[in-house]
Amino acid sequence: MSAPARSRPPTARTDTRVLRFRDVAKTFPDGTVALEGVDLDIRRGEFVTVVGPSGCGKSTLLRIASDLSPATSGAVEVDAERIGYVFQDATLLPWRSVLKNVQLLGELHGMGKQSLNQASRDAIDLVGLTGHEKKLPRELSGGMRMRASLARSLTLDPDLFLFDEPFGALDEITRERLNDELLSMFRAKRFGALFITHSVSEAVYMSTRVLVMSGRPGHIVASFDVPFGTDRTPELRFTPEFAALAGEVSHALREGHS
Amino acid sequence: MTSTRTDRPTTGKDTVEDTVEDTVEGDAVTDVVAGTEPATVGVVAAEGELVATGTAPLVRRKRRRGGKLLDVLAPLAVLGALIGLWYAITYLVLEPGKRFLMPAPQDVITEAFLDGPTMEKIGEALGNTVSVTFAGLTIAIVIGMAWAVVMSQARVAERSLFPYAVALQCIPILALVPLIGFWFGYDFTARVIVCVLIALFPIVSNTLFGLQSVDRGQHELFDLHGASRLTRLVKLQFPAAMPAIFAGFRISAGLSVVGAIVGDVFFRQGEAGLGSLLDNFRSRLQGPELFATIIVTALLGFATFLVFGWLGKLAVGRWYDTSRDAA
Repeated sequence: MSAPARSRPPTARTDTRVLRFRDVAKTFPDGTVALEGVDLDIRRGEFVTVVGPSGCGKSTLLRIASDLSPATSGAVEVDAERIGYVFQDATLLPWRSVLKNVQLLGELHGMGKQSLNQASRDAIDLVGLTGHEKKLPRELSGGMRMRASLARSLTLDPDLFLFDEPFGALDEITRERLNDELLSMFRAKRFGALFITHSVSEAVYMSTRVLVMSGRPGHIVASFDVPFGTDRTPELRFTPEFAALAGEVSHALREGHS
Repeated sequence: MTSTRTDRPTTGKDTVEDTVEDTVEGDAVTDVVAGTEPATVGVVAAEGELVATGTAPLVRRKRRRGGKLLDVLAPLAVLGALIGLWYAITYLVLEPGKRFLMPAPQDVITEAFLDGPTMEKIGEALGNTVSVTFAGLTIAIVIGMAWAVVMSQARVAERSLFPYAVALQCIPILALVPLIGFWFGYDFTARVIVCVLIALFPIVSNTLFGLQSVDRGQHELFDLHGASRLTRLVKLQFPAAMPAIFAGFRISAGLSVVGAIVGDVFFRQGEAGLGSLLDNFRSRLQGPELFATIIVTALLGFATFLVFGWLGKLAVGRWYDTSRDAA
């Protein structure tokens, strides 16, 4: 196996591509092959969703992209100044207030006090938590915690946003509302997004492109461009076009799984 | 009908269990009060129980059923019963000539607590014991936390240092006391060292446990954003460890009181504390004075336990809730 390459091309400013995988593979120390031959390109303004069954290696994609866990082979190019990573769990620090939690990443990156204050106020406003700044995580609902977690990443104004099933633990109503809010953040910021989910409907609703993954070893079996434009409203979920595309994705999922 | 039948014995059983628990606690208290042996043994036993409950700081307590009024009245009733038992032993069990073994409560009050010179002695001894206790506790906190931080930084450090923390805990302190006197003299320094040795382990183990209790997800968040070890320690591990650390402080504070008393009984130079006083009153058969000193010692133990419990609540009570997991 060749040594994994991880680089930032010098042309960072002119190229809008934020993430590129070429023939990426990941083998765990116990010999399990988690990913094999994965190619992936994400540009700013693209919202790419990966759907697949549990344990197919979806999360491993994000861990490789964020360098939490390096690829075993292949090339990974990340062309993003800052990466936002939203975990399935809100991972808020329970002793910090909402405001302090939102400011955490700026503190870790040594952001100036004034710009951090401004960025956290804007982020809290964007996720609709204004008025809850002083609350502790335990005083928030699951949906509000996830909003705080989103706001925390937003303060960095990331070029690349990685989402690891962020709304998987929420009820459907909260989840759909957060889908819409995340979409409006996406419209406002135009970052590149790699979003992991196991909900076909969420994938189609959110994305500009849906990738279907299959497991053992994890690889991409199908790719669908989503033609619905950027202004999406909840009514979209009930249109025949939406149902048709969701049906195709589901079909690809089943094919890949068998 | 069937359900009523099965319900009743269950409720009955619960009540019996509650009563048994109360009696057991009651017995422990009686031991401290009624023990004719030097009081330290009783205190050690009582503190031993605190250690047993305290080493698992994150275990949730099951809430007992029953009204708030009952929560107040039940322990008071036990107290009343204990005082009754005390009177019974003094006046019914002991012959008049042997009543110094267990003087009646009112004698303890009039002959010791209301007696100026006795209380002056007890007050002075209390002051000395308190300074030994807190000097020892402070040193134990500094050493213990540093020890735990070093162990939390590398697996090899934990592997090589933790066994010695356990060893320290396993050596009966009384076996070391003569050596400590031999090496460090028989006054303040030696007393403080006994406190440090006895109070160190809960701080080491609780701090380490706390520092290691951080969620993996939170660690990864810090990984992602390139946090240094120091930043991680200050912004993540220490705050997360606070509940465990304070539980450790509370246990060690109680143990440090024990250490101060033990040191006193063995080291006869320097300023005498409550332990020396206990031994003096015992050897002179001064029952009421002995009892008053025992009660003051017990109250000192309670007070330190309560103060550290309160400090812990002040530090982490806002976010740390044992009845529910925070985010």
